Amino acid sequence: MAETAEANANELSAAAHGEHAAAGAEKYASGSEYIGHHLNFLTYGKLPDGHVGFAHTVEEANAMGFWSIHVDTMGISALLGLIFIGVFLLVSRKATSGVPGGLQNAVEFVVEMVQNSIKNTFHGKCDFLGPVALTVFCWILLMNLMDLVPVDMIPGAVQIAASNPHLFFKAVPTTDVNITIGFSLSVFILILYYSIKNKGIGGFVGELTLQPFGKWAIPLNIVMELPAFLAKPVSLALRLFGNLFAGEVIFLVIGLMGYWQLPLALPWAIFHILVIPLQAYLFMMLTIVYINQAHQHH
Amino acid sequence: MNLNATIIGQIIAFFAFAWFCQALVWPPIVTALSDRQKKIADGLEAASRAGKDLELAQERATEMLREAKTNAAGIIDQANKRANQIVDEAKDKAREHLRHQVAVLAVAGAEKILQSTVDAKVHGELLNKLAASL
Repeated sequence: MAETAEANANELSAAAHGEHAAAGAEKYASGSEYIGHHLNFLTYGKLPDGHVGFAHTVEEANAMGFWSIHVDTMGISALLGLIFIGVFLLVSRKATSGVPGGLQNAVEFVVEMVQNSIKNTFHGKCDFLGPVALTVFCWILLMNLMDLVPVDMIPGAVQIAASNPHLFFKAVPTTDVNITIGFSLSVFILILYYSIKNKGIGGFVGELTLQPFGKWAIPLNIVMELPAFLAKPVSLALRLFGNLFAGEVIFLVIGLMGYWQLPLALPWAIFHILVIPLQAYLFMMLTIVYINQAHQHH
Repeated sequence: MNLNATIIGQIIAFFAFAWFCQALVWPPIVTALSDRQKKIADGLEAASRAGKDLELAQERATEMLREAKTNAAGIIDQANKRANQIVDEAKDKAREHLRHQVAVLAVAGAEKILQSTVDAKVHGELLNKLAASL
């Protein structure tokens, strides 16, 4: 294992050619190359020559197929999750019913917001929904907030640390469709679990096949209900991904403009700051709505 | 935009964090929140109860004041009556006394006029009649 890790580190620095990573867009031949470079991932998987390691080019990354992993977005996602859990754990350890301090106040504000959303939308009994909704909201919010970090800052820092100016590194996890699909599939698993738990397999299948036209129109019912059911995770994932990806691309276009990015990045960031919590809130609300539907009998 | 095992990693991470959140983070914060809610509710209830108590006490105080005033007025009335009575009695006594003296004076006058002694015992009845008619 240690040898493999060392080999990977060598591979990372192999392409460095002794150059220092230049900040900004100057080191790229064209704008589209700059943007394209920023939209690629640090992918780890099986290389065409049979080794396991980081992909150096887009072609190598594509050739890895399903059994590869985006180390950058997955790593930052895990890091942000740990920050979320760490902060909340710190507060919950010292949680007092007396006068709350500053951090506890902020945490309680978020928890109450989640509790109220659940109270207004969810009409069942489920102890796991609160933690799930809280995790969804806080984690996605933190991921989206990474969008406000200047686009070259984190990739640049990683490139300098790895002394490889051509390293792919994507810092905003929610602009990776794999991460958003991971979220929506987790929610989908919960929907399936609670549907079957509350309605039984028969009731769940019946809901998909015997509605809305009764048992004499089962094929028609399936054609109507199944796409609507399967669209839930797809729309969840693509809505979040699309919003954040679009924002990221605009930031990259602004990043191309040399010194002009200074007056332009700020207004776009101010506009984008509306999208960031909105998408996190929307994902949380839809999670609650879907799990509520899994609890309702028809 | 290639789909890969990052999805699986994200799903595992999600359930790990959500489980961790349910086990360690969610319960203490929610308990603290509901405890504080209860505390505040109790405090408000106590405050409203205290307000009601105050109102009651004020009512009782006004009633007591009114009662005291009535009593005081009664006592003053009685005292006035008694004073009048005493004054009347005193006047009666003084009048009676005066009558006697007038009678004695009249007898003395009559003695002087008649230049002879009038037997007080013999004429006592007559004198008393005279005194009573004054």
